[in-house]
Amino acid sequence: MVQTHTLLRDITSGTKVRLFKIDAGQALKARLAAMGFLPGVQFTVMNNGHPGPFIINLKSSRIVLGRGMAGKISVKPI
Amino acid sequence: MDIKKITVALAGNPNSGKTTIFNSLTGLHQHVGNYPGVTVEKKTGSCRFEQHQLEIVDLPGTYSLTAYSIEEIVTRNFILEEKPDVVIDVVDASNIERNLYLAVQLMELNVPLVLAFNMSDIARQKGLVFDIETLSVLFDAKIVQTVGNKQQGMDELLKAVVETTKNPQPNYTDRIKYGTEIENEIVKLCGLPGINSRWTALKLLEQDADVLKQIDNPETIKTCQESIGKLKNIFGEEPEIIIADRRYGFISGACQETIKNTSESRHNRSDAIDTVITHKFLGLPIFITLMYLVFDITFKLGEWPMAWLEMFFGWLGQIISGFWPAGSESILKSLLVDGIISGVGGVIVFLPNIMLLFAAIAILEDSGYMARAAFVTDRFMHKIGLHGKSFIPMLIGFGCSIPAIMACRILENRRNRITTILITPLMSCGARLTIYALIIPAFFAERWRGPVMWLIYFIGIVLAVAAAKILRITLLKGETVPFVMELPPYRMPTAKSVLIHMWERGRLYLKKAGTVILLISIILWAAAKYPQTNPDRLANLSDAEAQTVMLKHSIIGRAGVALEPMLKPLGFDYKIATALIGATAAKEVFVAQMGIVYAVGEHEDVSVLQKKLRADYTPLQGFCIMLFCLISAPCVATIAATRTETGKWKWAILQWGGLTAMAYVITLIVYQAGRLFL
Repeated sequence: MVQTHTLLRDITSGTKVRLFKIDAGQALKARLAAMGFLPGVQFTVMNNGHPGPFIINLKSSRIVLGRGMAGKISVKPI
Repeated sequence: MDIKKITVALAGNPNSGKTTIFNSLTGLHQHVGNYPGVTVEKKTGSCRFEQHQLEIVDLPGTYSLTAYSIEEIVTRNFILEEKPDVVIDVVDASNIERNLYLAVQLMELNVPLVLAFNMSDIARQKGLVFDIETLSVLFDAKIVQTVGNKQQGMDELLKAVVETTKNPQPNYTDRIKYGTEIENEIVKLCGLPGINSRWTALKLLEQDADVLKQIDNPETIKTCQESIGKLKNIFGEEPEIIIADRRYGFISGACQETIKNTSESRHNRSDAIDTVITHKFLGLPIFITLMYLVFDITFKLGEWPMAWLEMFFGWLGQIISGFWPAGSESILKSLLVDGIISGVGGVIVFLPNIMLLFAAIAILEDSGYMARAAFVTDRFMHKIGLHGKSFIPMLIGFGCSIPAIMACRILENRRNRITTILITPLMSCGARLTIYALIIPAFFAERWRGPVMWLIYFIGIVLAVAAAKILRITLLKGETVPFVMELPPYRMPTAKSVLIHMWERGRLYLKKAGTVILLISIILWAAAKYPQTNPDRLANLSDAEAQTVMLKHSIIGRAGVALEPMLKPLGFDYKIATALIGATAAKEVFVAQMGIVYAVGEHEDVSVLQKKLRADYTPLQGFCIMLFCLISAPCVATIAATRTETGKWKWAILQWGGLTAMAYVITLIVYQAGRLFL
């Protein structure tokens, strides 16, 4: 079976992705939803700041996401 | 004519330019306080427009009105409880979708709303064209285009506010539809005991902890849980995710019809800058260089106004001394000149440094660099169990520990917050800067001054890192929390905002100098003056010897002498001990107290004190003074802030005791080791 969903952690800088699922607690998920992190939304990885945090471009905002969290977000490159 | 009073609440995302608009509207007619019960800063201001007196409340900057942070709860409670006549939502017009999310949530609260499309000049540059009329109909609110930092649109904004109060209040409740399934549940919940509005019902479906807390009817809670369960079943997702999705749906629907985007480029220049600033290898060196520049500039620019202030206090001392015949011994003269002028004056001369440092911090913050600093530092902050966001309070800590400790509220996780609060005093604050500014030029040659200063600050940072690491593996164990933060686009800071910030902090510093430090100066002066020595004992002594005898006889001298055996291994004599006693009240008192101990004040300036210090101590001792002052006992106000922010005396006491013990051990090692080599 071809695996279509990847963890955000493994996405390289400059890739455009579609959000599939966030595997986090209720409060954090609600918080991220308020920022626009909703299933199906598209965003671009601006900087996979390995080993530091990510910068992503979502709805023309630049958002920093910690590396730990990037391991809980599954996305699909488009 | 009657003056009508209107209460206006200013809401908006962080970085939307809300504060700029607040400053433009109110100028310096501002008052800073706290919201009752919580320690969120509440800024209010007033302005006149036509026949109206407007009271403007600057609400905390928030992205949404969930219960995720204290700021969000404060914002919505203010609107629900205080019922302002109008809420202005300041929207960053160049990032409209994200910003309108808050507007939608304000509509849900059903308050009279005015939208300020701020930074409309940037939006225009970026090729965004708005159909304001249609947007205004869709949101059922007046929309005013503003440019806060150029004061454009302020009159129109006030006019819109006044007109909104005259119009009947719009009913927003059914403006946004969340889909049949959710609407059905909302209808079911409305009217249950404890649920008095559609908003409450909606929040309950969103599993809002704060609203849920206020419901005590078990039936209601049960029905509510059933509704949530049902929705989860239908959507296979938490209801709040679906609700957020519907809100964004409403926004993007509204925007699609009304906003033309001729080019997507809000961030083009920002992104270009970011490829360098947040670069994997360049990021950190740039950060360190910038920090170095900040402190370097603070000092170099501060030198001149400092010299003027010194001249002024010298002159003032002379004028006041002139009222008494030469050589006479008047208690009042001594109190005024040796106590008050040298004590308070000695602290006020550092005002330029403090204000410059706060200006630099304001520039870093307003330009958007502060968020990048958090990004860059996250890499190693993560290693010590904190994240980059903790760096922001720590950076503010270089100005003053109190706002820094208050800024720890941006950290959502309790363990993270407490750790950051506890280590923040290790960031050399402005008050300690006054000590360094006294000691460094006294003991170190011109070319070494910069590096020594840098070293002291650096030691503080290293110790903070070590302390954080230790705390996170002992008292405050636990997983690190997720790190989410928005990077605002780079912006040119406006002079006005920087000046207002500088003035606010400067005023607080002056207030402290005028109250706490004045009082402490008088007490310390009296403690250094009394009990007086019998003049017979001084008869055959030189001036300097007489001074020593008198000081040792006084209360503070005795306290210092009592402490001396304990502090001797650190290289401190009783004179330094007396000044350290003063420094526990407020760090800058150290400088004032040294001035009093050395009877500097009468038409003399800091350089005289520095000369005297150089005669009495070695550079190693000077360095140890700085080291001890850096680490030891944070000032009373800091301890009080820690107590308030952590909610427990335990942490405040731990902070005080822990840091003092650490200071003792480290200074002991440095002094003893230093003596072997130097």
